[in-house]
Amino acid sequence: MKAAIPAGKLLQWAPVAIFVLLLSIFGALSSRFLTVDNLSAILVQSSWLVVVATGMNAVLLTAGIDLSVGSAMYLAAVAVGLGLPSAPVWVCLVCSVLAGAAFGALNAAVIVRLGVRAFIATLAMLFIGRGLGLYFSATRIVYANASVADFGRGRLLGIAVPLWLAIGVTGFGWLLLNQTALGPYVRSVGADAEGARRAGVPTKAVQFSVYVLCGACAGLGGFVSLSQTAAASGAFGQNAEFLAIAAAVLGGTSLFGGRGHFGAPALGAVLITIVQNGLVLVNANPYAYPVITGAVIFSAALLDSARRRLLGG
Amino acid sequence: MISAELAAPYARRIAPRLQVERLSKSFFGAQVLHGVSFEAHGGRVLGVVGENGSGKSTTMNLLTGVLPRDHGTVLLDGEPFNPASRRESAAAGIAFIQQELNVFPNLSIAENLFLTHFPRRLATLPFLSRRDMNEQARELLRRVELDASPTSLAETLAAGERQLLEIARGLSTDARVFIFDEPASSLTVREAGRLFDIIRRLRHDGVAVLYISHNLEEVLELSDDVMVMRDGRVTLHEPSNALQASDLVVAMVGRPIETLFVERPALPTDTDTVLQVSGLSEPGILQNVNLQVRRGEIVGIAGLMGSGRSELARALFGLDTYREGVVRLGGTVLPPADVRARLANGVAFLTEDRRREGLLMDASVADNIGLAALPMFASLAQRIDRPRLLEAIRALGKQVRLKSADLQTTPARSLSGGNQQKVVLARWLLRQPRLFILDEPTRGVDIGAKQEIYRLLAQLAGAGTALLVISSELEELIGLCDRIYVMRRGALAAQFTRDQFDRAALLHAAFGQEQGA
Repeated sequence: MKAAIPAGKLLQWAPVAIFVLLLSIFGALSSRFLTVDNLSAILVQSSWLVVVATGMNAVLLTAGIDLSVGSAMYLAAVAVGLGLPSAPVWVCLVCSVLAGAAFGALNAAVIVRLGVRAFIATLAMLFIGRGLGLYFSATRIVYANASVADFGRGRLLGIAVPLWLAIGVTGFGWLLLNQTALGPYVRSVGADAEGARRAGVPTKAVQFSVYVLCGACAGLGGFVSLSQTAAASGAFGQNAEFLAIAAAVLGGTSLFGGRGHFGAPALGAVLITIVQNGLVLVNANPYAYPVITGAVIFSAALLDSARRRLLGG
Repeated sequence: MISAELAAPYARRIAPRLQVERLSKSFFGAQVLHGVSFEAHGGRVLGVVGENGSGKSTTMNLLTGVLPRDHGTVLLDGEPFNPASRRESAAAGIAFIQQELNVFPNLSIAENLFLTHFPRRLATLPFLSRRDMNEQARELLRRVELDASPTSLAETLAAGERQLLEIARGLSTDARVFIFDEPASSLTVREAGRLFDIIRRLRHDGVAVLYISHNLEEVLELSDDVMVMRDGRVTLHEPSNALQASDLVVAMVGRPIETLFVERPALPTDTDTVLQVSGLSEPGILQNVNLQVRRGEIVGIAGLMGSGRSELARALFGLDTYREGVVRLGGTVLPPADVRARLANGVAFLTEDRRREGLLMDASVADNIGLAALPMFASLAQRIDRPRLLEAIRALGKQVRLKSADLQTTPARSLSGGNQQKVVLARWLLRQPRLFILDEPTRGVDIGAKQEIYRLLAQLAGAGTALLVISSELEELIGLCDRIYVMRRGALAAQFTRDQFDRAALLHAAFGQEQGA
């Protein structure tokens, strides 16, 4: 097993290696890829996913999962689009966060109070949330009001406002995971929930708060996405759960819980967006997109299993 | 010792730190504690002994709020004390070093130490101060003499070091009651020495220490008072200076134990060889190992920690591979790293690690026993012959003397360590293996259960099973085996037959010294 330790350490650098690899591949294939305009477009495009994946990251660290974030995004967009047709932008932002948090609290109640497995509970909530959204919108497209759309296009100090939000949320993730007790709590629950309870960690409160946090992030992510597209169809946020999970895992967080860091979601979300952006620039067959996105998710899971084996975690 | 004598009359006069009155508890309808009463004083060490399943761990779990109590009162420094969670009891100043380690390998050493009480930057804000945390952690690590950086992950520590980390965690809380549940079992001799120094220092500082252990000599040496439990009751609670180990055994078992080991007739010299190992080698681990085990023979493997005993067992059972050599069972050559081939040929393996052994903790005892034997009672397509299976399980439960109210409804989780080990043994008994490899079969098991395990092993050998027993207890091997191999640095250094058994000679072989040196 002695030779395995360096290999495990090397694997921790895998996200960075993939990052460099993708940049050089797409850079070689398309002269437009490595331009400042395109790279900043990638960052802006990835903003919503960074936000959603940050919440997912906390859930994954407790060895949980939330499959309902796409529906939470849609519900938040519907709430803002239908319920607040003329409200100022900050009201819309707060409301979408609250709507997402409420949705997350429902998840948390079912998982923590009723003891239903997170996988099943959030799978059910995926359908319930989507169904509720379609019911309220009568399956019609929902439009963002002018203040929200302006927000999505706005810039502050030369940087797009959605990107500011992504940076802010990542900073918030750093604050929670590295500067408060929640970080070690979340990791201890992810490593051994019963052991954590015996050690005196308030495990139920910890689990409750990560699902609420995940819902709130999904709501905010929905708001960011809505502000950029200005409209939400019935498919808004669909498959976002898989992208968010893949982002956190690609960035280095383990699906098995307990291992990962605050920067993982940002790193992984940018990686995924690079792939999507690069495929467009090299004029790939559009039918190949889902295949390649699937391959990315698969490689994230593979990477995670390899890490787990080598690090013995 | 002097301080204890001086402290004794003083401690007696003041109120006890911990006064426990008529504590009781039932699991699944079976009462496991019947009105347990005792007291523990500040500045004194109370040794707690008892067989597995006698209620020691349950008592401690009730005291610390890990489990809710049914009846009874506890006074902590005269105040009624009924914690609802481990968190509450920790806040009240009770440190609990548990048998099962609660170290999180994915957290840093400092984070492990302060998991429930992180130092904050400002008392009013939830932000923790990494600098204070690491500084205090360094101080605590120095107190337990653990040489490690507070910021490195706990997974870099060895088992004994993790135990020290757990002890340091207790020290970090400035507790007034310190409970140790078998802390020395995974420690090396040197680490155990450090632990005893720490305990003496705690006593000197006026802390009430409760010390649970299976090692009676250790308890008598360390404790001021001793309390013995049996079947959920306290059977003895006295100052330790008047007591001897034999008194404790009588109180624990209810009868004196004269002989731990079963007298077995000498083995006929002409029985068939079951296991034949020749030239087994794996670079850096095993060196040219040759050994045989015959039908009905119990063969022991002695050796120091790290001599390759467990690695040999794992290779023989096909868990690890080997570069060279041949393992024959009967006449069949078993391929390396192939567990299924061994199971199919009637090889069984028992490790000290019951958790990973594959006990289904939430399944019933009966299901656990029956699992391995299912193929004998039904093929894949057939219905399971339940009545016949259940009857076999019941007979076995009786044979291994399982203290379990109802085999079919009691989950394996609720059994004590020794009884869990018996369930694992029973599972293999049902299959009647041709070769049984056992790695530390009695570690962490009390004296009564030990005696029963020895009896079962002798019985298996009598029925024709070949047994290969790995143990770090020389007495166990000497009492149990027909032959003992001594391992050193991955090779078999010496072989002894029963008439040659001698503690000193075995130790010399293990350490690699010439005999008589």
